[in-house]
Amino acid sequence: MNDFIPAFDWTRVVIDPWAAQFESSFWIVLMGFLATAACGLIGNYLILRRMALVGDAISHSVLPGLAVAFLFSGSLQIGAMFAGAIVAGVLTTLLIELIHTKSRVKTDAAIGITFCSLFAIGVILINVFAGKIHLDTECVLYGEISYVPLESSVKWLGGAIELGPRPVVTMALVFLAVIALIVVFYKELLVCSFDPTLAASLGFSPKVFHYGLMVVLSVVVVSAFESVGAILVIAMLILPGATAQLLSPRLPVVMVLSVLAAALSSLLGYHLGVWMRCSIAGAMVVAAAALFLLVWIFSPEQGLLQRWRRARRVDDGGESRIEENNGYSS
Amino acid sequence: MVCGVREGEKIMHSSVIHSYTAWRNSSLASIVLLAALLWLAGGEVAQAARIGDLGEVSAWQQALRFFSFRDAGLRLVLVGCLLLGLNCGLLGGFVVVRRMALVGDTLSHAVLPGIALGFLWNMDKDPVAIMVGATVFGLFGVTVVGWITRTTLLKQDAALGLVLSSFYALGICLVTMIQRLPTGNKSGIDKFMFGQAAALGENDIILMLITTVVTLVVVVVCYRGLLVLSFDREFGQTTGLPMHALHHVVMLLTAFAIVVAMQAVGVVLVSSMLIIPAASAYLLTDRLHRLLIYAAVIGMGTAVLGAFFSFLGNNLPTGPFMVLAGTGVFVICFLFSPRYGWWTRLWRLRSRRLRTEREDTLKAMYRVLENREFHGEGVSAVDVAEYRKDTVEEIQRRVQNLVKTGLATDSEEGQMIHFTPKGYQQACMIVRNHRLWELYLTNVARYAADHVHEDAELVEHVLGEDTVRRLERRLKFPNKDPHGKPIPSVRDMLGMTHEEEGAKMEGGYGYRP
Repeated sequence: MNDFIPAFDWTRVVIDPWAAQFESSFWIVLMGFLATAACGLIGNYLILRRMALVGDAISHSVLPGLAVAFLFSGSLQIGAMFAGAIVAGVLTTLLIELIHTKSRVKTDAAIGITFCSLFAIGVILINVFAGKIHLDTECVLYGEISYVPLESSVKWLGGAIELGPRPVVTMALVFLAVIALIVVFYKELLVCSFDPTLAASLGFSPKVFHYGLMVVLSVVVVSAFESVGAILVIAMLILPGATAQLLSPRLPVVMVLSVLAAALSSLLGYHLGVWMRCSIAGAMVVAAAALFLLVWIFSPEQGLLQRWRRARRVDDGGESRIEENNGYSS
Repeated sequence: MVCGVREGEKIMHSSVIHSYTAWRNSSLASIVLLAALLWLAGGEVAQAARIGDLGEVSAWQQALRFFSFRDAGLRLVLVGCLLLGLNCGLLGGFVVVRRMALVGDTLSHAVLPGIALGFLWNMDKDPVAIMVGATVFGLFGVTVVGWITRTTLLKQDAALGLVLSSFYALGICLVTMIQRLPTGNKSGIDKFMFGQAAALGENDIILMLITTVVTLVVVVVCYRGLLVLSFDREFGQTTGLPMHALHHVVMLLTAFAIVVAMQAVGVVLVSSMLIIPAASAYLLTDRLHRLLIYAAVIGMGTAVLGAFFSFLGNNLPTGPFMVLAGTGVFVICFLFSPRYGWWTRLWRLRSRRLRTEREDTLKAMYRVLENREFHGEGVSAVDVAEYRKDTVEEIQRRVQNLVKTGLATDSEEGQMIHFTPKGYQQACMIVRNHRLWELYLTNVARYAADHVHEDAELVEHVLGEDTVRRLERRLKFPNKDPHGKPIPSVRDMLGMTHEEEGAKMEGGYGYRP
């Protein structure tokens, strides 16, 4: 069992990553943070619109988009990658809608059928054209975040400024774009999410924002995909937002809290991964889940403890009122 | 109130009993099938060659080898696929009808840590340990979803996604930790991800057989309760059926089905073996017992097809191919299902529209003839166009349609139109429908005479033979409509009997105008 769970060694787990292997630790944690934060911000809207499982579907069906983009462009340039992802994402949304509006199959089954089929096509493409598509199935399942520091770095101004590994730079740009879009369209998104009818009467089409959200979601998912894989992306979409929404009912506060949760979970997850010597992306999600669990128990408003205490107080109150009544009548 | 409930109960009860007997009959068939499977599984399993051992052989030889059942190893795989298709199809029926497709998905992802722990138990692919671990974690995951939705403001979809991915992440961590270990037979564990039917061992097949038999027995014995559970749980509770217990039994069986199917289909895609066959069957029928049988058959078919394709491609993962085979079946059902198919419905709408168009043209021709008191034979296209307030070109296009269906002929390059006997008969019928309905609206429903035309324009196309007979009787066999126009009598129509139409109308002979 000692082999399985390594002993906690303070130097190996906490000091070394920031001393001897500072560079690689920095890029991995930064990548984890950027991916989780970008996903978390978009994920807030998914949770509010009750579309968390559409996020699930899109994160699976990005795979065939990536595979086809690989087949056409030969290598994974950023343009081809985004184009493939956007096409796959919009196609998924359209297919789900087609199935549940044009037949009696309900939404849940429509989602299941769509993403399973597209994901299966993706896996088959990867297996059949293994020579041409440089994505292996392990990468699809849990990503390769620990290889991020090894990627060729992006240079700027003819090599004068070295920005960092390619995936990190891409993810950072996407993260900034997500923030910019949310700031610019904050009001519209808010109204569309909470009251589509009002949005339509105010003159902006909920449909446009729906598909816009799907496009942004596809881009975010695909840029995080290589580092965390298809299924862990779902965790990053839902966990930070869910954690934050347990703490506050106000959307701006929730946004800030979910970014904070993203930072905490990527840092703690990295150390957990180093300690257990396991998949780092997986460990980051486990850390995020642990964070959710803590908040779920201790949240001041909706926490389990608070609920339990309130229930007990109500019980006590009820009993004392009965006693009072008894006293009054006698 | 009480009486209403009784009534409902009685109806429900009789329909339940009816479907129950139907189910009895069909369950016999499935038992026979199972016996055949057992026979197939028997025989020499000893020198079971794994599919992956093959070298490069031509596709035809591979196909021959697959379907000749000579190879004992292949026979094992085939039996496994049939069993898993049967099991998943049956349970998927309940999952889809109860709108729990994504609960199935969550269940199937949440089992991963259980698989890893089961593997750790004695560092080997021990099916029983893995099955116990997986079932416990799967059911625990589903329970946590319930806790989250009950105690927080998060909705079910968020809770499902959250549990699915968190449990999966925990599983990924455990699996990567196992792969790092120096000891133990780790070769099997990566096969759990995308599935490899060839990796099925004898023990796996035995487990599959047991779970499938248990599922079959539960479904056959508790069919009534499961039917009520699927469609009206509250009603079931009021009649005292053990709804809670049945719900948990179904969840447990679903967890078992997922866990045993996992090795062949893989963690990521196993939920689709529940969803896709059942959703396809859902498009084919309205009765639960038929849905279950169709789903089981489609499930077995797609599982075998999937195994076959992955076999052709030499060592490709099985799961994705099974899913794709299922998707193919679903697409066919989605488009061409006799009742609910998309294409079928479009086709039906289109043929209805065309028929209405034909009938309107015939009616216009009749009215033109009537306006000149049936002098002469042909009708000019210009007159029809004028009557319909349409262009002559449009009328000529419609006439081409009539000519094609044998209801009219044209001469002078489409300027003159003549009824065929069959066409005249249809024209009489549609005018008769129109005027009978107008008369009904004025005399019986007390509409004003100038309000009835628009309604009759729509209804004339859909009045069936029976309704027309009843209208006649109700209106005491009239011969004038509210506007004083004569209603064409059945004799008018039969004066030019067309063999089929005449035969159809024999019931109307006895009447005098």
